[in-house]
Amino acid sequence: MQSRDIAPHEILLPVKPAFIAFTLIAALLVNLLPWSGWLLAIKPDFVALAVLYWCIQQPHKVGFTTAWLMGLIMDVADGSLLGQHALAYSVLAFAGIVLHRRVLMFTMKDQILHVIPLLLMNDLIVLVIRKLAGADFPAWSYFAGSLIAGALWPMLSYLFKLPQKPKPDPDHV
Amino acid sequence: MEYSPPPFFNRGPPTVVRLLLCFLLSAALLISDARYKYLDNIRQVVAILVYPLQRLAGTPGEILDRMGEFFVTEATLRTQNARLNEQNLQNSATLQKYNALQAENAHLRELLSMRQRFPENTIAAEVLYAGRDPFTRKIIIDQGEQRGIKAGQPVIDQIGIIGQVTRVYPWLAEVTLLTDPEQLVPVQNLRNGLRAVLGGTGNDGQLELKFIPLNADFQTNDELVTSGIDGVYPPGLPVASISNVERNAAYLFARITCKPLAGVASYGQVLVLNWQSKSPPPPAEEENPVPSKKQKGGG
Repeated sequence: MQSRDIAPHEILLPVKPAFIAFTLIAALLVNLLPWSGWLLAIKPDFVALAVLYWCIQQPHKVGFTTAWLMGLIMDVADGSLLGQHALAYSVLAFAGIVLHRRVLMFTMKDQILHVIPLLLMNDLIVLVIRKLAGADFPAWSYFAGSLIAGALWPMLSYLFKLPQKPKPDPDHV
Repeated sequence: MEYSPPPFFNRGPPTVVRLLLCFLLSAALLISDARYKYLDNIRQVVAILVYPLQRLAGTPGEILDRMGEFFVTEATLRTQNARLNEQNLQNSATLQKYNALQAENAHLRELLSMRQRFPENTIAAEVLYAGRDPFTRKIIIDQGEQRGIKAGQPVIDQIGIIGQVTRVYPWLAEVTLLTDPEQLVPVQNLRNGLRAVLGGTGNDGQLELKFIPLNADFQTNDELVTSGIDGVYPPGLPVASISNVERNAAYLFARITCKPLAGVASYGQVLVLNWQSKSPPPPAEEENPVPSKKQKGGG
């Protein structure tokens, strides 16, 4: 492997649990915005994205419990079948925890290629559950949200890392 | 980067075991929710916790709406006022007629010693947002159990039926729209009184009459109103108009597509009908009915 394919590692401050909670609640709020029309059809699942991000970045702090509870909240907020998001997010958390070393070795572009299939798998699990419960296939735009979520990954990584960036040392020249 | 700890640090059960645990827990939730509907209590508790977040998420939109209202021009208001005045005049004429007719009707019903219909009292509500579940067609309205809304009540707008309340939270209620694939409404053709069942297709603005024989007298532009035989919807409310009739001898039934009359996909004020049918309970089923394979879609 050539060296240019390996992402440079910065040394970051430890993340505060309060910040993780804040980002998760913010993601939940964005999901709960009154989306409508075609925006609703292609809306990325921000909670899934945030859960996946923290499972990859901080697998010892955010794991199955967080993912499962966030899923339960999403189920109630969406009025969908209780447990469908909980199950999908748990599998997402599993994938994130198993792959976290691997994903972080890659550059941002290649990370996106890891994230999109994971989010599509998340959608697929929900789809299979609803199919089993007797629902019809909605439309292909159902998967569009995950592609957009993948495109948002670099921005999300940048924003979520901001509080961890060390402050410049005033004594350092 | 983090490195895995030496094996003597106990970090709980391995990842796969945790995944399995979550899987089993979710599967238990799913099955008990889809099959037995046991979990309404859990749903209510979580719903109360999520409610402030939902209102908070709705705030920016509300503020934008208010600001939009603030910048309405005088001309717009004038035209609107004129239009409303005219409408009011027309309505009052209709209303006078209606009052007379209602009195006459009550009198006639009394004469015929028929059962009087219950007065329908309504609860006004505002649509908060569209349901986010892509598999169903639902809206959330801003009134709930606290205002006396119960699951099963029909919901209308100024034109006709838009759906039915299917789930009630303390301050919110979930309305399943006519266009939901699992929503059925018993209807009647206004032209000739033929009864039928109208179902959603899952597409916005498209409904379908189910199981209509090929030779049945349904034509394009026929208006369909509720027949009221289910005891859920009051009779005579406008529901849909037929947009296309396709009779193909290769199929058992005619394909009749309709479009809803009420603004099913638009947002605004709706009325929840607090309506109770006075129809007698259905006759008891026979002891040994013919065994039939009844397939029911879950969910």
